[in-house]
Amino acid sequence: MPKIIGERIKRNEDPRLLTGEALFVDDVSIPGMLHAAFLRSDYAHAYLRSIDTSAARERPGVVAVITAQDMGDEWQPGPPLVSPPPTVKGVVFHSRPQVPLVKDKVRHAGEAIALVVAESRYIAEDAVEDILVDLDPIDAVVDIEKALHPDAPLVHEDLESNLAAHLIQQRGDYAAARARADVVIKRKIVIDRGAAGAMENRGIVADWDAKSQHLTVWDTTQAPIPIRNGIATRLGLSESQVRVIAPFIGGGFGPKMMMHYPEEILIPWIAVKLGRPVKWIEDRHENFFATTQERTQVHEAEIALTKDGRVLGVSHNFLHDSGAYDPYGLTIPLNTQSHVMGAYDVPNYYSDLKVVFTNKTLTTPIRGAGRPQGIFVIERLLDIAAKELGIDPVEIRMRNFIHPDAFPYQREIIDQAFAPLILDSGNYKPVLEKAATMIGYDRFVKEEGPRLRAEGRHVGIGLVSFIETTGVGPYEGARITVEASGKIRVATGVGTQGQGHFTSFAQIVAEQLGVGVEDVHVSTGDTSEFHWGTGTFASRGAVVAGNAIHASALAVRYKILKLASKVLEAPEEELELEDGQVRVADIPNMSISLGELALLANPLRGAVEPGTEPGLEATAYFGPQYGAAAFGVHAMILEVDPETMMVEIKRYVVVEDCGTILNPMILEGQIHGGVAMGIGNAFYERLVFDENGQLLNASLADYLIPTASEVPRIEVGHEETRSPLNPLGTKGAGEAGTIPVPALFAQALENALPDLNLEILEMPLSPNRLFELVQEKERDK
Amino acid sequence: MSDLYEVAVTINGKKYQRSVDPRLLLSDFLRHEINLTGTHVGCEHGVCGACTVLFDRQPVRSCLMFAVQANGHEIITVEGLGTQEKLHPLQEAFMEAHGLQCGFCTPGILMTLVPFLESNPEPDESEIRHAISGNLCRCTGYQNIVEAVKLASEKLRT
Repeated sequence: MPKIIGERIKRNEDPRLLTGEALFVDDVSIPGMLHAAFLRSDYAHAYLRSIDTSAARERPGVVAVITAQDMGDEWQPGPPLVSPPPTVKGVVFHSRPQVPLVKDKVRHAGEAIALVVAESRYIAEDAVEDILVDLDPIDAVVDIEKALHPDAPLVHEDLESNLAAHLIQQRGDYAAARARADVVIKRKIVIDRGAAGAMENRGIVADWDAKSQHLTVWDTTQAPIPIRNGIATRLGLSESQVRVIAPFIGGGFGPKMMMHYPEEILIPWIAVKLGRPVKWIEDRHENFFATTQERTQVHEAEIALTKDGRVLGVSHNFLHDSGAYDPYGLTIPLNTQSHVMGAYDVPNYYSDLKVVFTNKTLTTPIRGAGRPQGIFVIERLLDIAAKELGIDPVEIRMRNFIHPDAFPYQREIIDQAFAPLILDSGNYKPVLEKAATMIGYDRFVKEEGPRLRAEGRHVGIGLVSFIETTGVGPYEGARITVEASGKIRVATGVGTQGQGHFTSFAQIVAEQLGVGVEDVHVSTGDTSEFHWGTGTFASRGAVVAGNAIHASALAVRYKILKLASKVLEAPEEELELEDGQVRVADIPNMSISLGELALLANPLRGAVEPGTEPGLEATAYFGPQYGAAAFGVHAMILEVDPETMMVEIKRYVVVEDCGTILNPMILEGQIHGGVAMGIGNAFYERLVFDENGQLLNASLADYLIPTASEVPRIEVGHEETRSPLNPLGTKGAGEAGTIPVPALFAQALENALPDLNLEILEMPLSPNRLFELVQEKERDK
Repeated sequence: MSDLYEVAVTINGKKYQRSVDPRLLLSDFLRHEINLTGTHVGCEHGVCGACTVLFDRQPVRSCLMFAVQANGHEIITVEGLGTQEKLHPLQEAFMEAHGLQCGFCTPGILMTLVPFLESNPEPDESEIRHAISGNLCRCTGYQNIVEAVKLASEKLRT
């Protein structure tokens, strides 16, 4: 069988994207289509006293203006996306899902108050300006450390406080471990918010055909099937009456997984009411307020060690910012808990999580999804411990890695799947050694670093490790069909946002069926093609959908061999699938094409054996027993300009172990992009809210996404420890690039400024913030 | 309602005449009036570069111009490069070097690079990075875009 999995194969989807012919949601155009715009709150926290929409309604070209009152009984909060709470003793969870339009109180700036539908987007935006709204602003909850203060204003006044959730998880006995530790290090760590910043903003087009009683929705979603199910439920339609298409999506990174955004209910709802197609395309300004964000946490963290640097335990009390509502449950902070023990054998752990409501945009997972915070905490604590104990930072990591024989390794806490967290497999040391070799760690520490510093240059090295829990269930599925043309069609339910699914999934099929990758046509994200599944999130596409496709390809292969054996009168074990043909091994002229076989499998006349299924087609599903844990090490050398505090990254090395690699070209691209986002998280990207909950940098001119000038060349190495949990042996990698970057930045910056004894305990930084930290240290000297 | 204005413009070698609202953005005109949806809109404030088109062979942000300003001018959009069957060498290079992922920013990057490579046929890495520093890409980390430009520079010279 020719090897196709693991090859650098060019992408099937590229010609469409490169010529501008790929369909994105805003490219959908339907005769008679109306355009929507939203009136959004300028205040973060305010009572809605009155709305006067009369002028807007009278504007020529306006078709409808809708407020919460106008929706009547159809105004309903939610539904929540991830049902709370996990089965942990004593857990508290107050579910307060988002609302379609503000009814009585605004809870974050940018929350939608009214919907305008008009003949053009220009008119709709004019009409938004016509609406007179009386908002009575009140004090806002912004700082998460003040959110639980008894005098804090309440985001949800039916609750006693701004506490959204409280959950304690523990393993072993941290207090006892602490008591016998030689060293205990305690630090406060603060992480602030950023945006996903997909280049395509969100958008929805809904088209209701009254004659066929059928609704078609194009949505920039990572999860078309749950969106379809939710829309059907909300609108009182059967699921088969609703088709959701997630066509080409211009980047997802998590926030396009939020279900349901108010717009995802409102636009289909109004399209049905009006009986006309309606399009809404978010603009970039709205995106900064209305699309979910992530990262804010404050940790009081502690690590207990022996004097030879063995970790005895980790403990942390932390606050997590939910924003104004909490439909996504505890996914992010559970991921944080799953990663605070890093890649290390930590026998004792205590974690006290408090989630708080604030008057800010909702938080839901963004590439990394709670993991970067967890990794930042453990890697920082280890770095500080290494310094205090006089152990090399690389050495202290080696000493604490989970041993390869210890897998599957029980963490004894529950994870985002509400199941016990088990790390399925891993071999961490070779990955770290490879990264250290690639970056020239020893040479830098012994020769290059000292030499450059003697020249007066502020150069530093960093090396950190991380795990990534990936590939969570419940399941995905796929249907594969051999068509009479000999081409293969694959349909799966996950959406795609640039990950190369049209190619990597095709490779899995091509390897089993002996066809060219370009002859495998993959359809993702269209509920009329496949309507079972959940979506693209948690680095699960290659693991869960990939293995479903593999299972389906095996089933089709079995059918092909069975039929070909009959037709060619040769035993199945002597048959080969190659070049779109089934051949009898060693007798090249005894063959039949897959297309001819497909026709034979679907006869127009004649009798078939009882129990026969028509066609060369199979549908299969895959649900992992539990998630697969990937591992990686990032290393970098950077230089700080002491005048400007700008940082130049001189070298950047990634060694990733995500099990079987489907397509190294695509994998490396994912890593490059992840690192770029991590660099943003570490040094450029911060959403700045003032004390009133106003976002001060809601434009791409003020919120700095790294450009080609800031992102360095990234050198990537691979190790492959196959996951035993799935036949392909894959683990996810979509988020891996992002997770360790802030921790790495902090370590390398400290290393570059050794005289200052700097301790970086916050993210994101910026040149300004680094300048302030350095000033503080110099004052202390 | 404002009066409509006549716009006569050549796009990808083809002449178009339309009556448009004076406030209609050039990006919206191309996408929704002419139905050339390959030009993408990422920010509508001239920062992301996704909407870049060639205006009299110079790269411009079509979200920062009005359609009426294009009257009497020549515009080239991504649809004016190659076709799926016969890609432009720059498009070929992007495919070979994996210089795109979601592909949303790609048309703007291609249209920035066409005149860049004409004026600088053998750029070095820092020149390439400078050339695309006004185009945001959230997927690729830019590295394979840089590789693609190097490859395209070779292809275009041979």
